[in-house]
Amino acid sequence: MWKLLQFEVFKIFKKPRTYIAFAAIAAIVLLIQVALLINGKEYVKFMLSSLDDTLDIPYTQIRNGYWICFAMLNLLLIHVPILVALVSGDIIAGEANMGTLRLLMTKPISRAEMMLTKFLACVIYTIMLLIWMTFLSLVISVVLFGTNDLVVAKEAELLQIEKVDVLWRYIAAFGFATVALIVVAALSFLLSAISENSIGPIVATVSIIIVFTIMSEMRIPIYDNTVKPYLFTTHMLGWKGFFYIKADEDGQTIRGSIQNLPAIMKSLAILGGYIVLFVGSAIFIFKRKDILS
Amino acid sequence: MRKFIFLIIFIFQSSFYTFAQDVNSLVQKVKEKLALVNDYEASGRMKTNVVFLKVPIATVKIYFKKPNRLKIKNEKGISFIPKGAITINMNNILSVSSFTAIDAGLVKLDNISVRVVKLLPQDDTSDVVLSTLYIDETNLVIRKARTTTKDNGTFELDMSYGKYTEYGLPDKVIFTFNTKDYKMPKGVTFDFDDGDAQKKAEENMKNRKGKVEIDYTQYSINKGLSDAVFK
Amino acid sequence: MPALIEVAHLSKQFKEVRAVDDLSFTVQQGDVYGFLGQNGAGKSTTIRMLLTLVKCTTGTINIFNKDLHTHREEILTKVGAIIEKPDLYKYLTAYENLSLFAKISGVNVPKRKIMEQLEMVGLADRAKSKVKTYSQGMKQRLGIAVALVHDPELIILDEPTNGLDPQGIADIRNLIIGLSRNFGKTVLISSHQLTEIELMANRILIIDKGKKIVEGTADELLDPAKTIVEIDTTDNASAIQKLTTSPWNKFLLSNGGRLQFQFNRSQIPSLINDLVGMKIDILSVQPRHSLENYFLSLTTAPHVEAAAI
Repeated sequence: MWKLLQFEVFKIFKKPRTYIAFAAIAAIVLLIQVALLINGKEYVKFMLSSLDDTLDIPYTQIRNGYWICFAMLNLLLIHVPILVALVSGDIIAGEANMGTLRLLMTKPISRAEMMLTKFLACVIYTIMLLIWMTFLSLVISVVLFGTNDLVVAKEAELLQIEKVDVLWRYIAAFGFATVALIVVAALSFLLSAISENSIGPIVATVSIIIVFTIMSEMRIPIYDNTVKPYLFTTHMLGWKGFFYIKADEDGQTIRGSIQNLPAIMKSLAILGGYIVLFVGSAIFIFKRKDILS
Repeated sequence: MRKFIFLIIFIFQSSFYTFAQDVNSLVQKVKEKLALVNDYEASGRMKTNVVFLKVPIATVKIYFKKPNRLKIKNEKGISFIPKGAITINMNNILSVSSFTAIDAGLVKLDNISVRVVKLLPQDDTSDVVLSTLYIDETNLVIRKARTTTKDNGTFELDMSYGKYTEYGLPDKVIFTFNTKDYKMPKGVTFDFDDGDAQKKAEENMKNRKGKVEIDYTQYSINKGLSDAVFK
Repeated sequence: MPALIEVAHLSKQFKEVRAVDDLSFTVQQGDVYGFLGQNGAGKSTTIRMLLTLVKCTTGTINIFNKDLHTHREEILTKVGAIIEKPDLYKYLTAYENLSLFAKISGVNVPKRKIMEQLEMVGLADRAKSKVKTYSQGMKQRLGIAVALVHDPELIILDEPTNGLDPQGIADIRNLIIGLSRNFGKTVLISSHQLTEIELMANRILIIDKGKKIVEGTADELLDPAKTIVEIDTTDNASAIQKLTTSPWNKFLLSNGGRLQFQFNRSQIPSLINDLVGMKIDILSVQPRHSLENYFLSLTTAPHVEAAAI
């Protein structure tokens, strides 16, 4: 299993397409950082314009490394699934298309083991991608913009987290985001198992995520009360829950607190369920599949 | 009957004039007391209570310099300061050069008898439309003030005094102000729906008053303050 | 010789198509077993079933005296294969491909052995080049190296000479013969080219439409005593008439007006002398052994019943 995992990871990181994702994240993050370095204040103003009449808003202080990281995660975690699918959608279908799958399957490895290893390789890739994203969006932002309290703008409230209370939330959020992106990896992995070329699973994964995200965000009661609670895209946003700090009755935030930890844990469990469902189905299907490629 | 009516009018007018003179001198005395302070640097803890704003208790420094400059700084983090918070220093209310003072009688405030004085600025260009002061005549300090402005709504101040009463500086100020709706554009925030969103949106619609509470721990008065701190 | 592969009543149904139909055969240890059939005859499907890529609909496969279904991993450790094109990881070098496949083949292969394999297939000097820069022949040779790198006892090669130039075909042929003769490997090789199989195999199976047509040793199938000679003359009908009274009549095959004989190859010169003596004008003489005859019959006849020689 370990040798096979090395084999799979080696292949992933030898493939030029793997680095597209890393380059894309670097490009996105650096572009945003440059933009916010120059126009960050205006962006904060745009976000908080409805408060401008009531409060004096310390725009420059708000635009700190932590805030920039949060803004970037908001953007990236919607787009990174595409980059995850780029590798996990290719991991089986790409080999089927290339013709190497049949050679691989003549080796003394069980299909279930092969599938699990391939999925683990996708997980490793996803984690690497997130580490890269963390490094760029958190570490570089903090170096460039410094740290201060983090202001999180929700649709109906504005939360301020003291800077000493921020870092652990990022660690937790990145942990959660890893699970969320593994769901995407699992979905494209499943699609990859039933396809003979890699474009199909990648496009299908992205399409499913777009449709589900629209359904999650449309706020139409017919979806909100029926399908939305079960869509994995709804729960993928759970990482934000770590930044929803609890406040006491006087509206003062409580250091180290989270508004609704059970909701985050529930989302995490649902995402875990999706991973098991997708990977389990992929293995089930692949075990019964005739390899004709 | 006509004589009687004249008498009533005379008595009312003269008494009004007398009271007006009294409140003017009272306000003047308060002003003189406040004038003892040229500048101060105060440390304190600021608690903000706005329905849509969840912030931690902040350790702040408050800087004041005559005639009406005031700055609240959070040395360690970020603070959202309500517009109009400048009025937490009474000098800033009383710095309006000409106003008409009207006595509105005595009331009890926390078991302390205070005189209610309404100040109407005579300058039409002033942002302040009306200030109502609740003046503790014994200590010559303002215990409560309500200011209505043209642009920034109505503010209310509740003040408690202690160690710095002689300078007319409070130990505690509660600043209440009107808030506008806070709402982010739909679809911008991509909030995680933990089931509380709807409840919070409803709460926000109900409560449109904001409150800032400052507990002063220490004042450093008339030590000379650089203009740079107000930039 | 003990049987290495025993296939019994193997069938594979793909929706409407029966790709393999009740196929049984046995490969002995040390055989170079030729698996012959036209494109679409069911060779690849059978080979894929032997390698567990395709599930059998019915039938059993025993390899190394073990059931393939229940001892899959154990069996595949001792098998090396090329299935159709030798598709390898194009973005990796030859060395990386070989070393990766060696790693997952269930045996430890030292680096020296990997280089030896590359030398054996003549790719040692291109070991560090990416496979995408290789010609078809080089890929094929590398594919063979991948199949052999873990020193398997059984080598299964599905159309290994496809797309190769004559020199490439000869190289592969010599390699396979060498593996059998020098290292005692058992090789199952499929092809749609009779000449290829003829030159390598000691046992041959011909299938068509998923069914066994003929199976036997090369000696039996290539027996010169059973050579078929087809002669074309200016007037075949008159020639047949003239021959009915001659001693050659007993060798004459009735075959729709064609002049066909079956006899020992050595009798061809005297037949020609006699035909010339009978004033029959000969246009061509074409000797064919029985295997070729079977194979050709597949392309001409709609269906040939299974036969054993």
